[in-house]
Amino acid sequence: MFLINCPFCGEREQSEFKAGGEAHISRPKQPTELSDDEWAEYLFMRKNIKGIQFERWNHSHGCRKWFNIARDTSNDQIKAVYKMGQKPPVI
Amino acid sequence: MAKNLRTKGSKFIDETTRVCFKFNGNKYFGFKGDTLASALLANNIHLVGRSFKYHRPRGIMTAGSEEPNAIVQINDNTAFTEPNVRATEIEIYEGLEATSQNCWPSVNFDIGGINNFLSPILPAGFYYKTFMWPASFWLKYEYFIRRSAGLGKSPKFPDPDIYEHKYIHCDVLVVGGGISGIMAAKISAKRGLKTLLVDENPNIGGSTIFQNSKYYKINNLTSSSWLENEIKEINKLENLTIKTRTSIAAFHGYNFLLARENLTDHLSANEKKNKVRQRLLKIRAKKVITATGSLERPLVFNNNDRPGIMLSSALKKYADFFGVACGEQNVLFTNNDTAYETAISLDQKGIKVNAIIDIRENSNSELSKEVEAIGIKIYRSSTVVDTYGYKRIKKISVMQLSTDGQSVKGQKIFINCDCLGIAGGWTPAVHLFTQSGGKLDFNEEDQIFLPKIYPSKQISIGSCNGDFELDKIINNTLKILKEFLEIDETEYDNIDVSGTRNLNKRNIWLLPSDKILGKTKPFVDYQNDATAKDIKLALREGFRSIEHVKRYTTTGMGTDQGKLGNMHALGIIADTAGVKMSELGTTTFRPPYTPLSFGTIVGRNVGEFFDIFRKTPMNDWHVKNKSKFENVGQWKRAWYYPNGNESMHEAVQRESKAARESAGILDASTLGKIDIQGTDASEFLNRLYTNSWTKLDIGKCRYGLMLNEDGMVYDDGVTTRLDKNHFIMTTTTGGAANVLAKLEDYLQTEWPELDVYLTSVTDHYATISVCGPNSKKIVSKVIPNLDLSEDNLPHMSFKNTTIDNIKCRVMRISFTGEQSYEINIQANYGISLWEKIMESGKEFNITPYGTETMHLLRAEKGFIIVGQDTDATLTPIDLQMDWIVGKKKYDFIGKRSLYRSDTIRDDRKQLVGLLTDDPKEVLEEGAQIVANLNKKPIEMLGHVTSSYYSPNLNKSIALAVVRGGKNMLGQKLFIPMENKSIIVTIVDPVFLDKENNRLNA
Ligand SMILES: [Zn+2]
Repeated sequence: MFLINCPFCGEREQSEFKAGGEAHISRPKQPTELSDDEWAEYLFMRKNIKGIQFERWNHSHGCRKWFNIARDTSNDQIKAVYKMGQKPPVI
Repeated sequence: MAKNLRTKGSKFIDETTRVCFKFNGNKYFGFKGDTLASALLANNIHLVGRSFKYHRPRGIMTAGSEEPNAIVQINDNTAFTEPNVRATEIEIYEGLEATSQNCWPSVNFDIGGINNFLSPILPAGFYYKTFMWPASFWLKYEYFIRRSAGLGKSPKFPDPDIYEHKYIHCDVLVVGGGISGIMAAKISAKRGLKTLLVDENPNIGGSTIFQNSKYYKINNLTSSSWLENEIKEINKLENLTIKTRTSIAAFHGYNFLLARENLTDHLSANEKKNKVRQRLLKIRAKKVITATGSLERPLVFNNNDRPGIMLSSALKKYADFFGVACGEQNVLFTNNDTAYETAISLDQKGIKVNAIIDIRENSNSELSKEVEAIGIKIYRSSTVVDTYGYKRIKKISVMQLSTDGQSVKGQKIFINCDCLGIAGGWTPAVHLFTQSGGKLDFNEEDQIFLPKIYPSKQISIGSCNGDFELDKIINNTLKILKEFLEIDETEYDNIDVSGTRNLNKRNIWLLPSDKILGKTKPFVDYQNDATAKDIKLALREGFRSIEHVKRYTTTGMGTDQGKLGNMHALGIIADTAGVKMSELGTTTFRPPYTPLSFGTIVGRNVGEFFDIFRKTPMNDWHVKNKSKFENVGQWKRAWYYPNGNESMHEAVQRESKAARESAGILDASTLGKIDIQGTDASEFLNRLYTNSWTKLDIGKCRYGLMLNEDGMVYDDGVTTRLDKNHFIMTTTTGGAANVLAKLEDYLQTEWPELDVYLTSVTDHYATISVCGPNSKKIVSKVIPNLDLSEDNLPHMSFKNTTIDNIKCRVMRISFTGEQSYEINIQANYGISLWEKIMESGKEFNITPYGTETMHLLRAEKGFIIVGQDTDATLTPIDLQMDWIVGKKKYDFIGKRSLYRSDTIRDDRKQLVGLLTDDPKEVLEEGAQIVANLNKKPIEMLGHVTSSYYSPNLNKSIALAVVRGGKNMLGQKLFIPMENKSIIVTIVDPVFLDKENNRLNA
């Protein structure tokens, strides 16, 4: 079980959080303008890489805030935690 | 053969306290401090069980938690019974009853033993190959396999013991209380670090505490005396907590560890009464020091599994620690010097050692010279080629090894013995390290895997880190700890240690015999009966990956996870396949390190605490009125209210009729309620729901359907505009938490610019729904000051009002199709309002109804239940709810997905109504629907999602999803059941009051 450093509450147990999948996939501003393929790209395609992955997490049993983390999926080390809207750090 | 093999004067055993226990029904005596194994051995009992596959007699093999053979059932036929307990771990207490398992009918006469003689036809994968075919025979096979194999019996009664969970946070956790663990704990605690030291044994001290050899000295004391003083000292340290009988079960990432603290298993029934039996410790440590030691390896040779064959280190521990001789005619068989230490220990205790068989060509260490001086015969460059004796070893045969160690030569000699100690070198206990995600490195010189890459702030010290000599253990421990704890000096910097050991070892993974391999039984995994032969067979059959060989041969898959034999399995594979051990890698060690009972895992979360549930404010009334309850999400909901002996069907029929003919009352408090406020609230709803919300007037209610971005229906409910910037949304009972989370997600991540605030208010309100033709009369009696006219309170509108000066909201919304009033009142007034309505409704025979009737009534109207009629694969179009999709809206969640190539297909599953040809025939929910019964395989078109007998229509009705069903109105289809096929006709899903006249009746 990881420890996650919630940017609003501090370090807490993983069991207080919920994972929300890959980060930095913005909902298209004008979905109706998109082709089926473009929409499918947004809707279904996720990287699921081995290595540093940027992920959304929610402190669901705490402050209920969403934020992003950079996690190395090969060893679960969390390299960075940053707020929604911030740019991903260079790692 | 009652014998007393107790030697005198072990200080670890309390010889003044005799303990009586039973094994396989017979009474024996031991002493306080004995394990079941040491007490049995003192009574000259080796045979304790049968092996899993061949049912070969097996004896005690080890003196620790790695024991593969001596696993017993404790207190059989009582609620306290526990299977798979290692006799080497359980401490005896007055009244303990243990029985052998895996033997039927008894350990001395075992029917499965015939497998031993059939073993040529029971090779690796035999169970996979044979019993899988023909499949229909499996049930028959299973009965016999379970009967004669079975690893112990599970208890038949609920576990009466008490367990608990406890969180522990510490600066430093030291796992293992051997010499290096004790030093680490002292160094850490002395530096003000909150330190926890755990050890699985009843006492700390590891193997050093009974090491009296003159070759191991610390500050001029024997290593055991020195350690005793250290233990006295650390017991006084304030920052140090020592937990014995505590074994780490799992080492997870981020230094999160689970441990089982055993509190009462060593106590008699009287002493353990009302005490917590075991605690599951959830430990979060800033730093972890692993000092788990090492496990002695057996040797793999022909018939190496007879009772009386034990690890050499176990012989030493039984002699030095428990004061027990494992045999009267002992022989040792070794590939290294540690057996010589055992020989000297045994000799000092007056236990006879007949010979040492050493596979090495020579060993000129001090030890070997001393052993020869004692007069013990040493057979060098020799190996045991066979052993004799069925229930106890009687004799071994020995031959000379060839130079390459792959064959034997010369004359065969026989040596009598009743105990054979085997010493194959040492395997560092790296199990916890690998569990934590650590990467191992293979050390070719010592043929061992060692910790290499640590995934968290942890370190391994002592023999689990590959140090096997006392001076090396101490010096390296100090060096490693200084770096790990970032300190310059320790309490031990001036320590004077002598304790080198001749580490010369001749490693032969599979020792040869004069017989060909096919005629021998060299066991690698004792518990699962996997032999070297099986491993070679797996390789011949094409298995290459160690993980595959493991599963095929079941090597390492027992409750001991193959702690003894895994290295030999790897070695034999490497030798046979001609690859390097380092390339082969090792199998994964998984938690728990030793088995955990379910009681420990669940702790106090049993009975009513197993899963929390929520009750509505009117729950007491439902209970008093004999309601049956249904679990919906975490809620207990009234399901139906049987009158007297009424069946569920009868009750639901009565309730449904009453609701349509006069009046019904439903507790709807469980519906999710989310308070939504802010200047952008209506815009937010507009983006969430498929229909339009910007123009909803204040005081009006609207039904909404929420989709996922993939266009599939997610939740539904009625939302009411309380004020310009204030709404209250209702959700399904089960979906409330997820809907709130989804709303928050969009607000925080996609549309942070929207000014919207969300509050979950589900349990702030009690919600009572009154429906039926007489509902208006009843509500007007309860709230006389409220104008219930169609003008003032039309369908889909709400009014704030008061009942006896208590504020409440009354909504005209209907899930039954009847005229309905939903009254929301502060939760704590719920029960009195409910009772008031019941009183006022008496003259109209107001009838409380539960969820089952609610489901029936809405099905008559063709209203869907999200999660029952939908399953995240249906769009609103599939549900024939096109009317609710705002085609003119620019965007809402899921809109774009509604015209993907896949979602616009005509042949998607669509919601339809079904009528059976026989109106009395009620379909089964989940039943498959087909068009053609003759075409094989039968093509499934869909399934029944809701089905009831409607008392108001006097016929069976059902909702279903059917491929292309929208265009199949009137078509006949079949529902094949076990004994018949039911004919159904596709109809419109609205069965009753299509014109909605009843809403305003
Ligand atoms: Zn937080």
